[in-house]
Amino acid sequence: MSNDIRIKKGLDIKLKGEAEKTSEKAILSNFYTLRPEDFHGVTPKLISKVGTKVKAGETVFFDKSNETIKFASPVSGEILEISRGEKRKILAIKIQADKEQAYQDNGTFDVDTANSETVKSHLLASGCWPFIKQRPYDVIANPDKMPKAIFISGYASAPLAADLDFTLQGKEPELQAAIKALGKLTEGKVHVSVGKNGNSPLIGLAGITLHKVSGPHPSGNVGTQINKIDPVNKGEVVWTVNPQDLVIIGELLLTGKFNAERIVALVGSSVQKPRYFVTKIGSEVATMVYDKGISRDTNDRIISGNVLTGKQIKPDGYLDYYSNVISIIPEGNDYEFFGWTKPVFNKVSISRALTFSWLAPKKTYDLNTNTNGEHRAFVTTGTYEEVFPLDIFPMQVLKACLYKDLDEMEALGMYEVAPEDFALTEFVCVSKQPHQKIIREGLDLMLKEIG
Amino acid sequence: MGLKDSLHNFKEKNKDKKWLPAFSAIHTFLYLPNETTHNGTHIKAADDLKRTMNTVIMAMVPCLIFGMFNAGYQHNLEIGDIQAAAGSFFSSEFWTMDNFLIGFWKILPLVIVSYAVGLGIEFIFAIIKGHEVEEGYLVTGMLVPLIVPVDIPLWMLAVAIVFGVVIGKEVFGGTGMNILNPALTIRAFLFFAYPTWMSGDKVWVEGAVERANNIAAGANLDAISGETILGSLAQGKAAGYEVMDMFLGFIPGSVGETSTLLIVLGGLFLIFAKIGSWRIMLSSALGAIVMGLIFNQVVDSGWITESSKFYGLMSTTWWHHLLIGGFAFGTVFMATDPVTASQTNKGKWIYGFLIGFISILIRVFNPAYPEGVMLAILLMNVFAPTIDHYVVQGNIKQRMKRLKAKTA
Repeated sequence: MSNDIRIKKGLDIKLKGEAEKTSEKAILSNFYTLRPEDFHGVTPKLISKVGTKVKAGETVFFDKSNETIKFASPVSGEILEISRGEKRKILAIKIQADKEQAYQDNGTFDVDTANSETVKSHLLASGCWPFIKQRPYDVIANPDKMPKAIFISGYASAPLAADLDFTLQGKEPELQAAIKALGKLTEGKVHVSVGKNGNSPLIGLAGITLHKVSGPHPSGNVGTQINKIDPVNKGEVVWTVNPQDLVIIGELLLTGKFNAERIVALVGSSVQKPRYFVTKIGSEVATMVYDKGISRDTNDRIISGNVLTGKQIKPDGYLDYYSNVISIIPEGNDYEFFGWTKPVFNKVSISRALTFSWLAPKKTYDLNTNTNGEHRAFVTTGTYEEVFPLDIFPMQVLKACLYKDLDEMEALGMYEVAPEDFALTEFVCVSKQPHQKIIREGLDLMLKEIG
Repeated sequence: MGLKDSLHNFKEKNKDKKWLPAFSAIHTFLYLPNETTHNGTHIKAADDLKRTMNTVIMAMVPCLIFGMFNAGYQHNLEIGDIQAAAGSFFSSEFWTMDNFLIGFWKILPLVIVSYAVGLGIEFIFAIIKGHEVEEGYLVTGMLVPLIVPVDIPLWMLAVAIVFGVVIGKEVFGGTGMNILNPALTIRAFLFFAYPTWMSGDKVWVEGAVERANNIAAGANLDAISGETILGSLAQGKAAGYEVMDMFLGFIPGSVGETSTLLIVLGGLFLIFAKIGSWRIMLSSALGAIVMGLIFNQVVDSGWITESSKFYGLMSTTWWHHLLIGGFAFGTVFMATDPVTASQTNKGKWIYGFLIGFISILIRVFNPAYPEGVMLAILLMNVFAPTIDHYVVQGNIKQRMKRLKAKTA
């Protein structure tokens, strides 16, 4: 049986500003920030105060509902500020980095002799657990449940995504150590997928089931791959890990150091010279975006993450915990004369309603953040299905989430999806509905009511 | 950009006003709004509802223009001023300024009333409910003048539109929420409330009713009449037109429904633009063909004789059904309304097939008013959610089976 996955439904959005395959060291950031909102559903319980000195890898806070899940500081330094929002909700923990970095020593870990319990407690104690996420609900994995399989997508198909074949180069030892450890945590397989024509360092690893993926986005989304390989049924759990986070886990196992270093792509049509940076989780994006990037005070949108699923951040914002790409595209806060009716050549569309992107499938576009229309009720049908490869009815699921029918949400396959799976349907939506938000809220409701 | 800035400032200044949706409707008509994405996808595809609706309207414009020529042509033909245009689409008897102007002055008021009344209601509801004016009526407003007889009194049209838009759509929550196709709701209202203006042999040709009234009042004139082909067949008469004329559209009928050629071209355009559902159009045609063949078979087997009142329509060659009456227009422009049709791709096949099938069924068995496509679509509008329900259940069952296979 072939393990290849071929996706037909989908859409590759080709944008200007792909990163050149050169990486340079980003300027060291003076301040680093941990934002609890990066960890969906986690209520942080702080163990450090303003003024506390932490080492890199030392716990800053843990999850109130599961105290074994700890969140580590990406650097050594002093906690400078804890900003709070409404009801004293913790928004961000700002850390001033030391000049000389000191790491908490977790000790080297012998994966070969370890069992699932020791691996688990080691990852939990060292702050590596938040890298492991679970489906259903797309939240940090519950360590008390055994996953039926673990999925790692080594193929990034999203627009302007960082090329994982490039960023993972030379990291084979770390990847292998991490995968060996993760393999102990599941009774099932560790499914790793790579691009069909790529040259991924993941290919040669032991202890994995390899899948070669081809086809348009969202073929690289781990959710698509789960649906095609081993879909999540009610009561089952699968875990997912980003490959760039495997490197951090692997390094921890091999050296005992929590090294939050990550190769990040700076991309987008607004960037003068798109390229890769070696930086750390939580760094100020200002350390990267102004050097041959954008000028100050331009009308651009900075996104931590890709243009479909990332978070909007300010120029003084920070790289979030899971992203390996910073995208910068022009803001679209301007009017366009008869923009709704005139022929369109410079925007992407899957229709041919005087939209001509079908004429030039290879052309790259310079899209801005304009919604190209106002929010409306669901009207057209069959549009989402064209870009949605999962064996799920997208519009019916969205509607079930809107009217909060838990039974229907469950029956229609909510256990299998994450908001990012609905990024393309949101992109093509004629009614400009916020699909990812609808799905996120639906998942939150299910988590609360069903658990 | 003076206009752009002043409109923007005006909008900002009146942000909290209740009537702002009315202004916004005009503003967003002139300019694609300056709205940007927040979270979720930061980029969006080019299509919005306005563009989608506009594409459908563009597909209907040829039918509208043809309808104007045809209205004048039918009139002049009946009063004997011109010869029948036979055989060629570019007949010089048909495409005359004289024909066009008669039709233009007759049909333009229908279009104006349709949009003025319908959009007026949309504006009022948008202001009352505090949401933006939605684009659903743009298409409905164009459909309505195309599916009524040319001589329909304007006040009747206005009353029907009020009924159709308020009861057919707004009470359900507006665009995207309605169960029945609003344009067909309007037509059905006209049909049941004012049947004398919607059927018979007097309403299809411009001036026929007026002439009949004048004759009744004692004027010495020849009566003009224009029976639709369906009407003739239902009465057991011959169709009276060449098949080519039916296909090209040189026949009496509702304003925009006569030219199968232009409707097919419009349909192909919609399919190409990926706006109209080819599944519905194709399956609907298939459904009609199947029903037509069944009836032909019944006649061939001798189960029905010429004395039967159903003989005329039942014996009509199966594929002629696709050309006559409102079948083509209904299939291409009304059955495909995404809000009231089936929403699942599999469901669309079933939905379309049944529309075609039932259209011909009603056509044959309802001699009083031999147009089945309107009622067939309305009926299937009601059943579309049921079809979808079973299609979706199929997906749910599959998921359950997967789970069972695991736990067994």
